[in-house]
Amino acid sequence: MENSGIILSFKGDITSDLLTSVLQIMENRLDSFQEEPKIKKKVYHVLVECLQNLYHHMDEIPSYINGKDRSAIFMIGKTDEGYSIITGNYILNENVSGLKKRIDEINALTKEELKEYYKQVLANGEMSLKGGGGLGIIDIARKSGEKLEYEFLSLSNNVSFFILKIKITNKNN
Amino acid sequence: MEKIEFEATPKTPYLMVDPKTKTIVINGRSIPENTVQFYTPLFNILDKWIAEKTKDKITATIRLEYFNTSSSKCILDIFKKLQELHKNGATVDITWMYEKDDEDMMEAGQDYQTIVGIKFKMVEVEE
Repeated sequence: MENSGIILSFKGDITSDLLTSVLQIMENRLDSFQEEPKIKKKVYHVLVECLQNLYHHMDEIPSYINGKDRSAIFMIGKTDEGYSIITGNYILNENVSGLKKRIDEINALTKEELKEYYKQVLANGEMSLKGGGGLGIIDIARKSGEKLEYEFLSLSNNVSFFILKIKITNKNN
Repeated sequence: MEKIEFEATPKTPYLMVDPKTKTIVINGRSIPENTVQFYTPLFNILDKWIAEKTKDKITATIRLEYFNTSSSKCILDIFKKLQELHKNGATVDITWMYEKDDEDMMEAGQDYQTIVGIKFKMVEVEE
């Protein structure tokens, strides 16, 4: 979080009510910064997808590791260039390579390719019961306009901690 | 079928479906966690119109400020159902409204037109 002021950070259970509150708080904060509508929309949009990703896709981890099954962290900061959103959640090791591969694939795409890919997944992808069937991470990358940074910290034979860092800047978007 | 009218909430848009005039209005933000549940009443009405093979005029006006990716799939499903109604002989008028300078929302409307193959009336509105 170099050069960044933390606007909001949270650790705990990710519930629907929590997301409603956080989104309302963030909307007020963005208004109070008198942010231009374009960046305000981008930040809000990315935040919705990130937090709903946490809500829908978090792996259930045995409570002896985590304390609570649906616990995660997130942090929203203001940087010199824009905003950063960092999320952290537990993930089963068996799911690490799949997620890593997916983010690497998305990071390799250009802005135009991402737009086409989004359209393709929207048109053909099957809707999962949980959400948009993989559209979320594509959308985050599209709106961010920057490469997604991530890290997997191995905690045990079964569990890792997944950190995703998203930057939202105003340049060339 | 009864008229549906849901007031907007912080996570769901205003939704109105009037079976008498076959009018659909969606206005606001659509970012619920459970999107399918929210749109099911609308899907049910559209399915009923499809089953009846209605030839009536159907007017849908959609103005979204934000929508999440799970809504994007539901919105596509609405348009697919409207396309089916169009194929069955109904006149389907779709208006996609977006705020001035909101290129993402304008592009989203264009993408839906391409995917579904129906022409929308694209309307730019002042904030």
